[in-house]
Amino acid sequence: MKSSTRYFLSAVGLAGFLLIWEGIARSGLLETYLLPPPSTIPAALISEIREGIWQVMVVASLRHYTVGFVLGSVLGVGLGVMVALFPRIEASQAWLARVLRPIPPLAWIPFAIIWFGITETAAAFIISIGIFWINYFTAMGAVQAVDKDLIEVARAFGHRSFPALLRKVILPGAAPGILSGLRAGLGQGWMTVVAAELFGIQGIGQRMIEASGLLATNVVILYMFSIALLYGVSDYIFVLVQKRILAWQR
Amino acid sequence: MAKIIETQDLAVAFAEGDDHNIIFRHLNVSVEKGEFVTLVGVSGAGKSTLLRVIADLIPPYEGSVKLDAADDPTRRPIAMVFQAALLMPWRKVGDNISLGLDGIDVSAAVKKERVEWTLELVGLAGYEDRWPYQLSGGQRQRIGIARALAVDPAILLMDEPFGALDAITRTGLQDELLRIWQETHKSILFVTHDIEEAVYLGDRVLLLGDKPAHIVNEYRINVDRQQRRESEEFLHMVDEVKAGLLAAMALNNGSG
Repeated sequence: MKSSTRYFLSAVGLAGFLLIWEGIARSGLLETYLLPPPSTIPAALISEIREGIWQVMVVASLRHYTVGFVLGSVLGVGLGVMVALFPRIEASQAWLARVLRPIPPLAWIPFAIIWFGITETAAAFIISIGIFWINYFTAMGAVQAVDKDLIEVARAFGHRSFPALLRKVILPGAAPGILSGLRAGLGQGWMTVVAAELFGIQGIGQRMIEASGLLATNVVILYMFSIALLYGVSDYIFVLVQKRILAWQR
Repeated sequence: MAKIIETQDLAVAFAEGDDHNIIFRHLNVSVEKGEFVTLVGVSGAGKSTLLRVIADLIPPYEGSVKLDAADDPTRRPIAMVFQAALLMPWRKVGDNISLGLDGIDVSAAVKKERVEWTLELVGLAGYEDRWPYQLSGGQRQRIGIARALAVDPAILLMDEPFGALDAITRTGLQDELLRIWQETHKSILFVTHDIEEAVYLGDRVLLLGDKPAHIVNEYRINVDRQQRRESEEFLHMVDEVKAGLLAAMALNNGSG
């Protein structure tokens, strides 16, 4: 398929979805608050921006998100790499990770509140948990999958110390895997950001709950799309950076 | 002639639980300065392992390896060419070649010079800035050879370097290797499973038998290199080594 055809069909798909939605919403079959037509969303956006709410909420959410993302990513990648490199650490975490891993990030909300109160720290903490596990396991796998033969090559050419091997072979070799873990974490973070704000921390999630209480469902949908947009933009930027770093891949 | 590599009652073993699995024992192999020695043998006899012990990638279990290579901080005594070229895919061609130059005492200018010189030597001048994925299998292997030559080693260990290549590429690279060897006066220990290749390239062909691995036989190739591909003598030598290998394998099956 030509890429122009592809773009065209993608646009048709999205436009068709909005049109059908608009049609159903206007048909009178459903109350407007149950399904607000998409044409009411721009108005909601304008009024939210005029009142200065949208900017404040987006910036607040971005802040939790960024702190949670950095925290979860750094710890996840760091520990994942360590575990992959040292069999003793690997063995000592095996059961522990199996116990902690299945606990969903949102199940930490009670403790987040008890430990940190209704604060931005609490939200960032919850966001970081999901991101941590994704990066922990992908970084571990990526390091374990580094070609042992390349390590031998580096040794044969005089790079025998552990830091040299780490720098010359292990980290560059694991980079594609680590980066794809970071990218998955980027998406995972947006999934928890709303939930982490539902209990009253300022941000998109809090505003959505507020709006739904007033049955201003078009405002709810506005923020749903805002999340989609923020995720889309952050993912797009990440992919550009990733392509640059991994220019050596075909 | 002075021996540049000499193994003395060399044994290699890998730990297997509390036990040791001995790959070979009492192995005495030597290479003279400037000599091109090829090593063929029963598969599994430990040909690659021998190269790795000589390159100090695996410790010997018994015995020792003596190398007579001058201690020069601007060179490495030994360099190795692997079967799969094993280039670092995240390094450009030039950076792959300079892998062994990081950490030895050469200036950036010398580094650049060595990269250019070796690229020219392997017929890929101007390829510094390509990524490995942009190269063919034969070109990758040339870069593997250039990477080894860049550290200006006295000894070149080659582990079936042309084994994965198609016949035409292989023939071309064999001739190129001979030319490089004649230009650079390296001492080469070259492992192959291809007997014609061993006879074509070597001053001397060593035949390694199994269980335990030992040098079964040694053939001095006295055919002029210009005549090698087609002469009667060459074909005769190939047959002789083949017969030796078959005998070694039969012996191996009989006793094992």
